[in-house]
Amino acid sequence: MAAQTQRIEITLETLLDSVDLAESITMRIAEALGFGEEDMHKIGMSVREGVINAYNYGNQQDRRKKIVMTVELAPEQMTIRVLDQGKGFNIQEVPDPLSEENLLRTSGRGLFLMRAFMDEFDVRSGPGGGAELVMVKKIPSAVSGNGQRQPE
Amino acid sequence: MALQGTTREVQDVVIVDFSGKITLGEGSSLLRRTIKDLIDRGRRKILINLDDVDYIDSSGIGELVSAYTTVRSSSGELKLLNLTKRVHDLLQITRLFTVFDVQSDEDVAVRSFR
Repeated sequence: MAAQTQRIEITLETLLDSVDLAESITMRIAEALGFGEEDMHKIGMSVREGVINAYNYGNQQDRRKKIVMTVELAPEQMTIRVLDQGKGFNIQEVPDPLSEENLLRTSGRGLFLMRAFMDEFDVRSGPGGGAELVMVKKIPSAVSGNGQRQPE
Repeated sequence: MALQGTTREVQDVVIVDFSGKITLGEGSSLLRRTIKDLIDRGRRKILINLDDVDYIDSSGIGELVSAYTTVRSSSGELKLLNLTKRVHDLLQITRLFTVFDVQSDEDVAVRSFR
C-alpha cells in the first residue's frame, strides 16, 4: 500500500501575530515528526521568514488579504508552502545579500535564510498571481515498511 | 521571550545587555529605540551584549546592521559581545562577521574602543 501524504492547511490573517503563530505550529509538527532541536529551529525560522515575506512584501500588510500556509507530510519529507495574495516576484531579481555592496542593507536576507536552512527551497507563482514559497526538509529517520523507525 | 535591554557604563563605553529575541516587531523596535536614545544622548561607544539572545530573525539582523550604520554615521563605534552559537552561526552565514567587530571578553572589548 502506498504511503499516504497528510496535508494541513491554515489560513492566516495578514497580522504580525501570524508570524509567531505559523512558526509555533510548524515547530510542533516538526517535533512530532522526530526532528531534532536544531532542525526544528531551522524549520521554525524558515517558516517565520516565509510568513514575514508574505506579510510585508506580498500582502503589503493589507489586512484584507490572507496568507495560506500548507504543511504536507510524506514519509520522507515535510513540505511547507506559504502563499500570499500579492503580485509575486522573480527570485532571480532578488539582490544577493552576500555580495559586498549589499552587506549593509537592512533587509533582503529572509529568502537567503530559508534557502540556507531548508533542504529545498523554491518560489513559484501562486494560482492567484501571488508568490508561493515552497520549502522542503527531509525527515532524518524515515519510518520503515513495518512501521519501526530505523536506527539513526 | 520578549526582548529586554538594560544599559550600564564601563569607563566611557555604554554596554547594552539584551535578553530575549530580536525579531520583527517589539524586539527589533526596542533595539532601534535603544540605539537612537544613546546617540541622542551623545553616546558614541556602544557595546551590545548578546549573551542572553539566542534568536535573531532577518528583521533583527537588519536592525543590528541599521544600528551599526547609525552609530558609524555619528562618528561612533558599535561592537558586539558574547554571541550565542546560533547568533554566531547566523552572522557567519550572512557574512556579517566581516562587518561587525565581535568580542568575547568584556574587559578586552571595553579597552578596544578608541
